[in-house]
Amino acid sequence: MNPRTRLALVVVAGTGLAVLLVAACLRLPRFGGDSHPYGDRAVHTSLARHTANTVASVNFDQRAFDTLGEMTILFAAVVGCVVLLRQTRDEHRARPEPADVTPPVRRYALIVLPIALATGLYVIAHGQLSPGGGFQGGVVAATSLHLLYLGADYRALERVRPVGLYEVGDAVSAAAYVVTGLAGLIGGTAFLANTLLPYGTFNTLSSGGTVPLLNAAIGMEVACAVVVLLARFLDQAVEIVEESGK
Amino acid sequence: MDVLPYLVAVWIFLAGCYGLATSRNLIHAVGCLSVCQSATYVLLLAVGYRDDATAPVFSDIEPGSRPVVDPVVQALALTDVVVGATVTALLLALVIQVGKRHGTVDPDELSELRG
Repeated sequence: MNPRTRLALVVVAGTGLAVLLVAACLRLPRFGGDSHPYGDRAVHTSLARHTANTVASVNFDQRAFDTLGEMTILFAAVVGCVVLLRQTRDEHRARPEPADVTPPVRRYALIVLPIALATGLYVIAHGQLSPGGGFQGGVVAATSLHLLYLGADYRALERVRPVGLYEVGDAVSAAAYVVTGLAGLIGGTAFLANTLLPYGTFNTLSSGGTVPLLNAAIGMEVACAVVVLLARFLDQAVEIVEESGK
Repeated sequence: MDVLPYLVAVWIFLAGCYGLATSRNLIHAVGCLSVCQSATYVLLLAVGYRDDATAPVFSDIEPGSRPVVDPVVQALALTDVVVGATVTALLLALVIQVGKRHGTVDPDELSELRG
């Protein structure tokens, strides 16, 4: 199809879609309205189970099974990327060259690295209390390690980041989530039902029953997954070269 | 005025679709898909908004003292972000391999099959 016909088709279809979507928007509940039946019930349940961060309660308690699916998607995507970005037969690994980094960049990266890592771990640990949680903190913690790549070079990053260990960590934390769910079955309730552990004192680190456990498992899984993903992409960019050409 | 946030979501979605359809570079197309996806964040958060409400986190506010926005859609937006990130990672991995095997990332030049 030539570009002109395609553009014409896109304009016609896009206009139709736009009309339908705008018509749907006009019938939606008023923006900022007061009627949020699910939200009100979620807040109520969250407070009854001593979880200060309602979003964490929704993710790791009320919709914990859904989060299991979400975690599985992440896990499957990591496996998919590892398979897609593997070293093929006509490629070999080149030793990455040591690189020069300007002193201000190096200094900034090395100062920020521990702060960013501590922030990530803090966000994971306080997921049931304050905004954030395993997903957000995991990404921050995993990204902070890569400041070493910016501040020093790829070899320094490889020394602190044995990818095999993170692959194991990814699988272990995914399993930990399922095991925490199964503990509910053994305890005589239901899979991933948050009725096994005491709910603790509201607004303390140990409150919320199984929410902190599942939150920590997700934090570790996300951190490991991001490290493995970025390692595969960086390998492609830095280490793996084709035999012929280049 | 009340429908403006929803219309913003529609506009972002259509802009992403336009980019996808006219894209001449697969990496650009993956970026356009992310734009489409960000429309869903705007829509979800707009659906959950409540006038004069604050975040649904009770570590520093007394429960019941202030209205809070809908936490369910916020959790959905979080799911959305995670799925979006994984899809982007997988697609970029595919683009890398397409680029290596075919020497181009222009979708118009990828029409013929190659074994």
